[in-house]
Amino acid sequence: MKINEQVKKLDKIARQVRKNIIEMLVQAGSGHPGGALSACDIMVVLYFSVMRHNPQNPQWRERDRFILSKGHSCPAMYACLARAGYFPLQELSTLRKLGSRLQGHPSKTDGLPGIEVSTGSLGQGLSIANGIALGLRLDRIGARVYCLMGDGEIEEGQIWEAAMAASHYHIDNLCGIVDNNGLQIDGTIDEIMSPNPISEKWKAFGWNTIEIDGNKMEEILEAFAEAKTIKRKPTVIIAKTIKGKGVSFMENAVEWHGKAPSKEQAKVALKDLESS
Amino acid sequence: MVEMKATRDGYGEGLVALGEKNHQVVVLSADLTDSTRASMFKKRFPERFFTMGVAEADMIGTAGGLSLVGKIPFCCTLGVFASGRVWDQVRVTICYSNLNVKIGGSHGGISVGADGATHQSIEEITLMRVLPNMKVVVPCDAIETRKATIQAGEVSGPVYIRFGRSPIPVITTKDTPFILGKAITMRKGKDVAIFACGIMVYEALEAARELDKKGISAGVINLHTVKPIDEEIIFKAAKETGAIVTAEEHQLSGGFGSAVTEVAVKQYSVPVEMVGIKDHFGKSGSPQELIQDFGLTRFDIIKAVEKVLKRKG
Repeated sequence: MKINEQVKKLDKIARQVRKNIIEMLVQAGSGHPGGALSACDIMVVLYFSVMRHNPQNPQWRERDRFILSKGHSCPAMYACLARAGYFPLQELSTLRKLGSRLQGHPSKTDGLPGIEVSTGSLGQGLSIANGIALGLRLDRIGARVYCLMGDGEIEEGQIWEAAMAASHYHIDNLCGIVDNNGLQIDGTIDEIMSPNPISEKWKAFGWNTIEIDGNKMEEILEAFAEAKTIKRKPTVIIAKTIKGKGVSFMENAVEWHGKAPSKEQAKVALKDLESS
Repeated sequence: MVEMKATRDGYGEGLVALGEKNHQVVVLSADLTDSTRASMFKKRFPERFFTMGVAEADMIGTAGGLSLVGKIPFCCTLGVFASGRVWDQVRVTICYSNLNVKIGGSHGGISVGADGATHQSIEEITLMRVLPNMKVVVPCDAIETRKATIQAGEVSGPVYIRFGRSPIPVITTKDTPFILGKAITMRKGKDVAIFACGIMVYEALEAARELDKKGISAGVINLHTVKPIDEEIIFKAAKETGAIVTAEEHQLSGGFGSAVTEVAVKQYSVPVEMVGIKDHFGKSGSPQELIQDFGLTRFDIIKAVEKVLKRKG
C-alpha cells in the first residue's frame, strides 16, 4: 500500500477511534479524554500497521506487545482493540461500569482480551516492557515491545530506573513513546516540574531518540520504521501531540485531563470529529 | 550442640535446586547478590541472572515483564526494600495482575543486628499479607527455607518469602514434610497452643521444654505460611486448649499474631497473648542482645503463656 493510501486509511480509523472515545466517556460519566485523544494516532498506527498481532489469538507467543504505561488513556486502547477485533464494539459502552471487562484503568484479570498487564499507577510500564523484551530475547523470539508513557509520567523516578536498565541491557527490541502533549493534571509540564528538554534526557541515558509530530501518521510510521533498524540501543519516540486533539474545546486544555464530557458537550465533540 | 545455619543460605540453595529443575526460573537482584545469596544461582546459571542495580521498583517491574513471557522470576533484596519501598509496584504490577513473581525478602527481623532500623525488616508480614493474591511464608530454619523456596517456584502466583541474615538453629531435617499452607505441629500440648514462625519456632520449643518442668503442657505449632493461613489447625488448637500464644520477630500490628487471632475469633472466644515487637523501630546491636532487648526470647514466651493461662481462668 502506498504511503498516502496508508495514511488515509489510518486517519480514517483514528477518526472512528476518537468518536468511540467520546461516546464511551459520555456513557461512562467519567474517564480521561485529553490523553486518550492526544495518543490516539500513535495507538492506531501500532494496532493497525506496525505491530504483528492476531486478534483471534491474543496469546500468540510471537506477537508484538504494547504496554500502555499511561494507563488512564485506556479509552483509546479499548477502542483500538475493539476495532481490531479483540472483542465486540458494543462492549465499549460498558466502560467503568460494575462487572465490566473494561475497567477504569486496564485490568489484566477481568478477562478483556488484548490487555498485556494491569497499569494505571504511573511509572511502572517501562520496567515491565523491559522485562518482556529481555524474556523474548532469552527465548530468541524476534517480537518487539512498545511502551507508551505520558510526559507527566516521566516525572516518576521508576521511569528513569527502567531507562537506565534498558540502555545497560541494550534492549533494542524495545521502543518507548512519550506522549508529549505538554500538559499534566495540575498545569503544564513546564509549570509543574520543568521536564524539558526531554529528548536530551533520554539521549543522556543512552537511548536513540526521535522527535516527531505525534498527530501526523507519516511521521509516526517513519519513526517506528527507524526504531526497528536500531541495534544495541533502545529507541524512544518523543511525540509532540495536542492534548484533546480533534475536539475543539478540549485541545490544549488542562481541565480535560480527567473528566467526561456532558451529553451536550459530547454532541459538539462528535460534530468536531465529523468535520475534521 | 545444635547446627546453626542462616535461612538466607537455604534460600540460595533453594534457588539453585529450583533452577536445575526448571529452566524458566530466573533470578533478579538489586545490588545485594551476596547478601541475599542470589550469588549461588548467579554462579550456576549466569545467563538467567539479572542484576538490576540499586533500583528495586525497576526490579519488580522487570520481573513482572519476564513472568509475562513464561519465566518464573525471583526478586532478591532486603525485606525492608522488598516489602516497603516497592509496595505499590508489588500491589499493582504483581498482585493486581496476579503475576507469577516470587519475592525473597532477606534480612527479616531485628536479628539483622548492627545495621540498625533502616535495614531491619519488621513489617513485611503485615504489608504483604494484606495484598490479594499474595502468599506469605516465614520458614523456621535453613532446611525449611530451601523447601519453601522450591515450592514457591512451583505454585502459581505471587509469593513472598521472609528469611534472615544470621545463623540460627536448624530444627527440621530434609525428611520433615513441608507443604506450603499446611502448618506443622512440632510439639503436642493440651494447656496452651503456641503459634510461631521463623526464628521464634525454636524459641517456642525451648519455652515449651521449660514450661513442662513447671507442669504446663504447651503445644508448639510452626505456622510457616501466614497466607494462605491454615485455619483448621488454629480452630483445633483453640478448641482443644482454650489458650493461644503467638510469637513473631515482627511488629504486632497486623502481623503474624493478628493473622492467627483473626482466624481463632471466627469460631472461638479464646484469650490470645502475642509476643512480638511493640511498635518500635529496630536498632543497632548484636542479634542476641536485640532479641532480648525487644522481648523476643523463650522467657518472653513463657511469661506470655503464664499470662494467658491466668486469663483462661
